[in-house]
Amino acid sequence: MKKPIDDASSLQAINRRRDVRRKTLPALAQAGPVSVWMILFVTIPMLFIIYISFMSRGVFGDVVYEFSLESYQTLLDTTYFKVILKSLQVAVFTTVLCLGLGYPFAYYIARKPPEVASKLIMLIMIPFWTNSLMRLNSWLLLFQTSGPINTFLQWSGITDHPITFIYTDALVVLGMITNMLPFAVLPLYSTIEKLQKSLLEASSDLGATPVQTFLKVTLPLTFPGIFSAIILVFIPSLGIYTVSDVLGGGKVLYIGNIIKNQFGSIRNWPLGAALSVLLLVITGLLIFIYTRFAKLEDMEVV
Amino acid sequence: MAKLTKVQRRKKALGILGNIYSVLIYAVLYIPVVVMMIFSFNNQRYNYYWNGFTTQWYGKLFSNDALIGSLWYSLVIAVLATVISVVIGTLGALGLKRFEFRGKKLVNNMLYVPIIVPEIVLAVALLIIFMNLGFALGMGSILIGHCTFCIPYAVVTIKGRISGDGDSLEEASMDLGANRMQTFWRVTLPSIMPGVMSAAFLSFTLSIDDVVMSNLLAGAKNSTLPVLILSMNKTGITPDVNALTTIMILVIVAGMVLSNLVKGRLNKRVPQ
Repeated sequence: MKKPIDDASSLQAINRRRDVRRKTLPALAQAGPVSVWMILFVTIPMLFIIYISFMSRGVFGDVVYEFSLESYQTLLDTTYFKVILKSLQVAVFTTVLCLGLGYPFAYYIARKPPEVASKLIMLIMIPFWTNSLMRLNSWLLLFQTSGPINTFLQWSGITDHPITFIYTDALVVLGMITNMLPFAVLPLYSTIEKLQKSLLEASSDLGATPVQTFLKVTLPLTFPGIFSAIILVFIPSLGIYTVSDVLGGGKVLYIGNIIKNQFGSIRNWPLGAALSVLLLVITGLLIFIYTRFAKLEDMEVV
Repeated sequence: MAKLTKVQRRKKALGILGNIYSVLIYAVLYIPVVVMMIFSFNNQRYNYYWNGFTTQWYGKLFSNDALIGSLWYSLVIAVLATVISVVIGTLGALGLKRFEFRGKKLVNNMLYVPIIVPEIVLAVALLIIFMNLGFALGMGSILIGHCTFCIPYAVVTIKGRISGDGDSLEEASMDLGANRMQTFWRVTLPSIMPGVMSAAFLSFTLSIDDVVMSNLLAGAKNSTLPVLILSMNKTGITPDVNALTTIMILVIVAGMVLSNLVKGRLNKRVPQ
C-alpha cells in the first residue's frame, strides 16, 4: 500500500529538483543581483529616510531617535514655506516652458522622414554630453554685468545701464530649460511619431479646421507623452540644486539647496529628510495619477 | 511658376516657420557649448571676460594636478560603474523578462525610483545609510551611488531589446546541444548587443557628468571632475577646465559615431 505513494513523492522530489536546476538557479543568477541591489540601495534607504524625518535633532546636530513631528512643523515656518512655494513655482514655470517650446519642436521632428528624425534627435543629445555645470557657466559668462549681452544692449542703445541678469530667478529658469528640454522633447516625439497620419486626414476631410484637429485629435492622442514630459521635467526641476548654485550664486535657494545644506554645514538631518519626504510625496502623487491612464513601462525614459 | 493654392501656400509658410523655429531651439541648446569652447582659448587666468586668443591652456591643463587627478578619479569611477551596471543590468533585464518570482513587482517598481525621484533624495538617503553603518565615504560610496541610478537605466534600455522570439532561438540552441553558457554567449548576448552597448554608453555618460551623488557621497580626500568644477564656481573657472571639457566632448562625440557604426553593423547581422 505504501509503494505508490512513495513513487509519487519521489517523482515529485525529482521534478522539484529538476525545476530547481532548470528554473530557480538561472532565475536567481539573473534576477538576483538586480533585486538585491535595488532592495539594499533603494528600498531600505528610502524607508530609512522616512523614518529619520520623524526623529528629532540633537543639540550638536546629531539625530536623536525619539519620535517627533518637529521637522514637519518647521517646514510650515514662513522661511521654509516660502522656499517650497518658490521651488514649486520655478518648477511649474520650467515645465510649462519646456512643454510649450518642446511640443512644436517634437512635432516638427516627428513629421520628418525617420532617418532625418533620428539624426535630429541625436543633435539634441550631443550638447548634453558636455558637462552641465560648464554649460550653465556659459550663460553666466554671456549674461554677466560686463558680458557680451549687456555690452551689445548698451552699444545698440536699448539700455543705457547694464541690466542685472545674473543671480536672478529668470536666468535660473533659462538654465533649467536648457538642462531639461530634451526630457520634454523625447517622450513628446515618440508619441507624436506614433500618431497616425490617416486620423488627421480623416479629421480634416470631415471638415475640421487645423485648430480643431489639433485640439480634438492630436492633443488627446499625445496626452501620455505630454504627461511623461511633465513628470520627467517637473520632478527633477523640483529637486535640482546645481542650476541655482551656479546661476543663482547662492542667493537663490530652492528645496534642493536647503536639503543639501542640512547634510553639510547646517546639520539638521531630520529636516533634510522631511524635505526629501515632501519631494517623495509629490513624486508619488504624480506617478499615481500617471498610472491611472498609462503604464509606467511606457514612460519614455531613455 | 505654377500658382500655388491657398492651402499649399499656407503649408509652405508653415514649413519655413518650422525650420526657423527649430534652428532657434538648436541655437539655445548649442550656444552654451560653443561659448564654453570659445572660452577655452581665453588668454586670462579666470574666465570672467574675453581677453585675447591663446592655445596655451591645452598644454597647461596637463600640469594642473588637481584637474587631471579629478579627471582620473571620474574616469575610474565611470568605467567601474559602467561595467557593474551593464553586467547587473543585462542579467537583470533577462531575468525580469523571463522569470516569475515573488517580489518581482517590487523590484520592477523600485527600478523606476532612481529614474524618477529627484537625485538629491536618493543621494541623501544613501548618505544617511552609509553614515549610520560607519561606511567610509570615498570611491566606494560614490560608485554605489552611481550604480544605483545606472542599473535601472541599463535594465530599461536592455529590456527594450529583448524580443519575444528570443526564447525560441534559445530553445533551438539548447535543442541542438548547446549548454546554457554557450547559448548565452552565442545566441542571447549577440541578439541584445545593441541594447547592451546603449546601456554602457548611457551609464558612462551619466556617471561621468554626475554632480549630486558625487558631491554628497564624496569623502574629504578626492573629488570627481564635476564636483571640482562646482567648487570652482565660487572662485571662478580657469580656462584649462574649458579646454579639458572641450577635449572630452570631442572624444565622446567620436566614440558615439564609432558605436553607431558598430551598432549599425550588429543590427544588420541580427535578423529582426
